[in-house]
Amino acid sequence: MLKNMHTAPKQVSVPIAQAEFPQPFPVGLEYSAPARGTQNIVFTGLSIPEAHSIFVCPQGCLRGVVLTAADIGASDRFSTIAVGESNVLEGNMEDQIIDGVGHIIDQLPVTPPAVLVYTSCVHQFLGIDLHMVFGTLRANYPAIQFTDCYMNPIMRKSGWNPDQKMRRQLYSLLKPAPLDEHAVNILANDYPLDHSSDLYQLLSQNHYTVREVATCKSYADYQKMATSKVAIVTRPAGKPAGKLVEKKLGQQLLYLPLSYNYEEIIQNLQKLSAALGLNYQPDPQTIAACDQALAAAQAIIGNTPIALDGTLGPRPLGLARLLLEHGFRVTDIYIDMFNKEEKADFAELQAIAPDLAIHSTLAVGMRVAPRTREEKVLAIGQKAAYFTATAYFVNLIKGSGLYGFDGIQRLASLMVAAYQEPKDTQALIQTKSWGCGCL
Amino acid sequence: MKDVARIISTYTCDTSGVASALYELGGMTVMHDAAGYNSTYSTYDEPRWYDTESLVFTTGLTETQAILGDDSKFINDTIEAAQELKPKFIALTGSPIPMVTGTDFPAIAREVELATGITTFGFDTNGMHSYVAGVGLALKVLAERICQAPTHKSEALAVNLLGITPLDFSTNGTATALETVLEQQGIRIQSNWAMGSSFAAIQNAGAAQVNLVVTAGGLPAAKVLQKRFGMPYVIGTPYGAAFTAQIGAAIRKAATSGENQVVCQPRVNAKTIIIGESVTGLSLANALYAATGAGATVLCPVTPAVELLTTGCIAARDEDELIPHLAAATTIIADPLYQPICPATAKFVALPQEAFSGRIYHQVMPNLVSHLGTLLEELGS
Repeated sequence: MLKNMHTAPKQVSVPIAQAEFPQPFPVGLEYSAPARGTQNIVFTGLSIPEAHSIFVCPQGCLRGVVLTAADIGASDRFSTIAVGESNVLEGNMEDQIIDGVGHIIDQLPVTPPAVLVYTSCVHQFLGIDLHMVFGTLRANYPAIQFTDCYMNPIMRKSGWNPDQKMRRQLYSLLKPAPLDEHAVNILANDYPLDHSSDLYQLLSQNHYTVREVATCKSYADYQKMATSKVAIVTRPAGKPAGKLVEKKLGQQLLYLPLSYNYEEIIQNLQKLSAALGLNYQPDPQTIAACDQALAAAQAIIGNTPIALDGTLGPRPLGLARLLLEHGFRVTDIYIDMFNKEEKADFAELQAIAPDLAIHSTLAVGMRVAPRTREEKVLAIGQKAAYFTATAYFVNLIKGSGLYGFDGIQRLASLMVAAYQEPKDTQALIQTKSWGCGCL
Repeated sequence: MKDVARIISTYTCDTSGVASALYELGGMTVMHDAAGYNSTYSTYDEPRWYDTESLVFTTGLTETQAILGDDSKFINDTIEAAQELKPKFIALTGSPIPMVTGTDFPAIAREVELATGITTFGFDTNGMHSYVAGVGLALKVLAERICQAPTHKSEALAVNLLGITPLDFSTNGTATALETVLEQQGIRIQSNWAMGSSFAAIQNAGAAQVNLVVTAGGLPAAKVLQKRFGMPYVIGTPYGAAFTAQIGAAIRKAATSGENQVVCQPRVNAKTIIIGESVTGLSLANALYAATGAGATVLCPVTPAVELLTTGCIAARDEDELIPHLAAATTIIADPLYQPICPATAKFVALPQEAFSGRIYHQVMPNLVSHLGTLLEELGS
């Protein structure tokens, strides 16, 4: 019969005071926790309206992406070409892509305006001539825009990882166009920026059009992103995308990182205002409202332990610091690599909360680590919810569109809701992209 | 065109097949891959992942290691994890890049086994074959290296069930139902390969008289057990009372004659198509034939039991191979993710399978062993 094997785990946790930065744990064999709500490169590519995605990979690599597309009901915009042993041995992988992509396009009921062709690790290792492949495809189908995308996780520790590359390639199809002084792009986010956020409000109140891929309704809408004067990136993974539109389209790149630090939030808004020539002054009432929201949440949540994880967004340490500074009891962070932008927050947390436990999510010992807690835990992020086996969690994924002072206030109310209303954690976190919408 | 899918899904691969087959046996499966194979396995292939601990990990293979042919991290990390977690055995599996770089899994397995003292298997999986091939490799190794020569045979007629994973049977009670319907035929279950049986039961599989191969993934193990212990095998999945009775009779005949028995006869019917694994597909065709007098033609898109391939069970994987057969059908029984290539004029009866659609239809995976009647009702039979 089934057995649970519990052995004493090795070093899977460390107090932050003793943790190394940016990598707190040695890398060995890796466990994959059943918290699957984060989006992947399939979502990113499919976010371009009307575009068709074609993945060219071995069967085992196709499996996850084809089911991701099926999971979200996008199979009609998604096709595959399976690389087999014979293709590797015969060295015909260029022909396979050209013929296979052509075959798929010819079968589609409607010719797509753009096709994203994803190649994989095996193409890279065998040095196939992608320049020739895409040149031929463009010659064969001049009415279609093609772009090269990559599912090569073996490169995730070599320069840009596949996620960064995909966020960049998302904008490679934009055709240079005259710039509109009153249009701004928000780039490379999984979820659209909340319209109530300080950033969006500042832009809309000054009559700027705000464009994001996730809110485009058509391919024509997407192409309008080429006309925006300014491109805003709010997370590190989006920087290559920002550099692309800056160089290719002449857009002014602004890096305004999602932050939980009041000063940095103000600096971001000031930076944007300076770039656009707007008059922005920090509003003490907004800051006071933020503090009040956190205080109100703290009054309800009290001394309940709070666990965070690295999937909630790019600044989990910043969030931990904010919460600790507002009287919350943050006890655990599940994370395998710190964002280098968070070095100051890391140092501050070492000083103000030296016992804050940092846990690996990948270490093999986490497969058998006890997940039960004696007291109620409030988690923010799916992995934190899984590892603490709590039903009380904020299903926050990669920031989920929250930003600035408004984002903090919204998060405070989400924490209260999560604290008061249990969720079906197992059902929610095992399905791709069931974050945010289920907040 | 070969290997091209405009809209349908893909079956999970050999690496997941190995992990799935060995999941409940207390071992540790290591996927030598960057990350995606274990992620896919845990997201879509393995419905037991959340509730049942099993040691399945990835090595996190990097570009540098692959280029330099550096297996030392793979080996050392595996040894370290094994020393920490103390699994009953270790299974090393591959992915496309180790294939390209020529990683010698059997040799690495020997090295790990020498270092840890734990039985270690090296599987040359590469993500380019179906899960059936992987299940077959895993169970074959159990038959070769784990099963012990029987000191005595079971007094009662006993069988081993070979080829059972959630990829074919989900976690909806089918694995238990397979045992129950055979026990109702007076046949004892010696072991179940491998859902619900202990490692020890599989070690003692030689005590049974006959092996029942319920999916093609069980066939390589059956052949090894026949060679090692002279055990005959029967191929068939007990769907429906009548076909189950035929299987029961075949098991008895195999036990007395020592000869393998074929119960999965082709039941050619181009008007009714079943898309699926060869043994379960043909068994369903036989069950339909027994219940209604009309059979079905099986289209097998995964590694088949070669001896079952006939005009009643045709190897067909790609859309261009499948579509001509589907065009002539009036009834199609298949996973819902095949429906987009089925003619609207045909009656489509959903038969979701974890190996094809993953968890998407997990909540409605049918248990055909206990509830064939529901499918017959849907067919209007």
